[in-house]
Amino acid sequence: MEPQSQLLMEKKKNEKEILSGSEALLRSLLCEGVDLIFGYPGGAIMPVYDALYDYQDKIYHVLTRHEQGAVHAAQGYARVTGKVGVAFATSGPGATNTVTGIADAMLDSTPLVVITGQVSSSLLGTDAFQEIDVIGITQPITKWNYLVKNAEEIPAVIAKAFYIAATGRPGPVVIDITKDAQFGKVAFEYKKNNYIRSYTPIPATKPESIHDAADLINAAKKPLVLVGQGVILGHAEEELKAFLDKTGIPAAWTLLGLSAMATDYHLNVGMLGMHGNYGPNLKTNECDVLIAIGMRFDDRVTGDVSRYAKQAKIIHMEIDAAEINKNIKADVPVLGSVKDTLPALTKVVKENKHPEWMAEFKACDKIEIEKVIDKDIFPTQNGLSMGEVVHKVSKAFNDDAILVTDVGQHQMVASRYFNFKQTRSNVTSGGLGTMGFGLPAALGAKLGAPDREVCVFIGDGGFQMTIQELGTIFQTKAKVKIIILNNNFLGMVRQWQELFFDRRYASTELVNPDFQMITKGYGIECAMVQSRDELDGAIQSMANHDGPFLLEVKVEKEGNVFPMVPAGCSVSDIRLE
Amino acid sequence: MQQEFTLTIFSENHVGLLNQITTAFTRRSINIESLNTSESALEGIHKFTIVVYSTREQIEKLKGQLEKKIDVLKVFVFTSDEIIHQELALYKVPTAALLSGNEIEQLVRTYGARIMEVTPDYTVIQKTGHKSETQELFVKLDKYGVLQFIRSGRVAITKVREELLEKYLKKLRIDNKIKDIETF
Ligand SMILES: Cc1ncc(C[n+]2csc(CCOP(=O)(O)OP(=O)(O)O)c2C)c(N)n1
Ligand SMILES: [Mg+2]
Repeated sequence: MEPQSQLLMEKKKNEKEILSGSEALLRSLLCEGVDLIFGYPGGAIMPVYDALYDYQDKIYHVLTRHEQGAVHAAQGYARVTGKVGVAFATSGPGATNTVTGIADAMLDSTPLVVITGQVSSSLLGTDAFQEIDVIGITQPITKWNYLVKNAEEIPAVIAKAFYIAATGRPGPVVIDITKDAQFGKVAFEYKKNNYIRSYTPIPATKPESIHDAADLINAAKKPLVLVGQGVILGHAEEELKAFLDKTGIPAAWTLLGLSAMATDYHLNVGMLGMHGNYGPNLKTNECDVLIAIGMRFDDRVTGDVSRYAKQAKIIHMEIDAAEINKNIKADVPVLGSVKDTLPALTKVVKENKHPEWMAEFKACDKIEIEKVIDKDIFPTQNGLSMGEVVHKVSKAFNDDAILVTDVGQHQMVASRYFNFKQTRSNVTSGGLGTMGFGLPAALGAKLGAPDREVCVFIGDGGFQMTIQELGTIFQTKAKVKIIILNNNFLGMVRQWQELFFDRRYASTELVNPDFQMITKGYGIECAMVQSRDELDGAIQSMANHDGPFLLEVKVEKEGNVFPMVPAGCSVSDIRLE
Repeated sequence: MQQEFTLTIFSENHVGLLNQITTAFTRRSINIESLNTSESALEGIHKFTIVVYSTREQIEKLKGQLEKKIDVLKVFVFTSDEIIHQELALYKVPTAALLSGNEIEQLVRTYGARIMEVTPDYTVIQKTGHKSETQELFVKLDKYGVLQFIRSGRVAITKVREELLEKYLKKLRIDNKIKDIETF
């Protein structure tokens, strides 16, 4: 080659492309491996949507019917894939509509990058049309947020956003981009971020903490493991199993820890918490060493903290240093990622078995089966129970579907009776308890895991909070299986009214529309079941249908969820009826 | 046990940090008694000095929540005996009061205060010291009618030799084997 042309080629290689801020945003997202975005357009983000027009072959944009739906869908996607979910919204009302989803992601440690359009920088602070202080509003509910006023900042800010959202304890990041920054020009160059001076995603593990933990575990007669979502977020399912296999310690999971082990794993003793299983709640106050792995001692798990596991030595394995001693004082804090600390611990603990201690859990199970579970899943009364529906749907999908739940009684029942074979199979709103989460989250989950079945259980109340996402499901043809457990009540609130407010059913009875007609209006196949003899057939048609399907089951109006640790009580006070 | 704590918070110098920091206090209903913010001795690093009354346990939790903020580098918690601290107070008194006897002049001397400015109308006095001292002078001066009184937030310096943050940054540099660069 002639030196002249070689020089020219060199020059071309070094020359950075000049892009608009909007295009630079999309290119940055592509560099982060994003191929799916949930969103809703509007004035202040139109340049980005315009740029998206040229990238349709690389980025699939799902137009939800409400920005809340977009964020929940991104959450569902993130939870099943382990990747960062991305949502777009416009300024003002678009941005404020994302707030619930962002808060939900914050409390449940879900990695998100939410991009909101903002009015031009010259209009900031002037109460311009659809101007709202997005950074101020989302500051307490994000892991990080940032206002971009300059196109040149976009690549570096997006790189920082993804790094922060995905690493350490994951969480939502909001990037607010002014319209002039979207229009502005940038010499595009993308460098992934892997270091921020003021941010330590994984705190250092003190070697002695591993040894102190091992000493406690080796001496324990009645150890109990609590499995939180940290195991899933840290991709440490195998490491957990290796630890449990070696130590033979019974393990209970939190609501968000569901599916971190197989349901039928012999050391899995069930769910903790307010509506969790009898054994793990009761035994929390009888064990001698409590090993909390990637969980944060939420009040729904602990009940009254002053009467929580006082007899036990507590080992807390956690990535977020601020969680240590926040709710429950740890005797041995083990900071770090459980992906690293669990194998380190497994190496130094003794091989062990705890048959007698396990037998105590089995005895509790027997009581719970007799008093609660049998009645729930094999009811003798006429009305259909939520438990039997969940049980049958789980079986119809070979106990291997992804479970998505909304919030209420059906959520607790589904979490109790749905079975799991593989990890990342549970998507629920735990920390925030957001009604309306289920339907859009299921859409996101299905798009994230197209080869898996996705079953979402929703109450008649919560369904009507984001019912419009049926439109998105219709448009995307996402094959989600929607099960509406219709009790004509805001059931969970009604249960509290029954138990703690003298059955004064203030504003909890629902006069519902015809869900069948609505679903048909959205062009989605559906069926309704009112009696037990129709149930199996309807579930089968749902399972067999190659497309989205909504199954509405009219269940007992005044069914209650038990066991229950009433609010403010100790886990020992768990009630079976 | 409730006691006085002085927190020094080191952060990146980004817009909105004060809000991020104060919300961590308000969320836990911890009242900020005094607040001072300025560039620290280390270039590009901001320093907040905040005085609160609380319990050791609360403060440890608060420290965790603050350090969790992405842009916060490090938080140090001190009790009063671990730091040298000062506040600055300014008092405006009528010059007439100063001329009508030598009590004010006497007060300025005994309290180690300084006269900053004298106009025919008013005189401005300055005093540095602990809150109790500047307050005491205020009470004494007020007999002659203090027209205006203002006290700054606390500034504090540790009794250990070097800046603790410097040590922390050094460790960071070694741990990360990376030069100290911010991306933007
Ligand atoms: C957005 C929101 N508003 C209110 C609540 C309080 N809440 C919790 S459960 C519940 C009732 C849910 O009713 P439904 O969706 O029919 O489910 P069910 O309990 O009947 O199964 C309510 C109102 C909530 N969790 N989220
Ligand atoms: Mg209901």
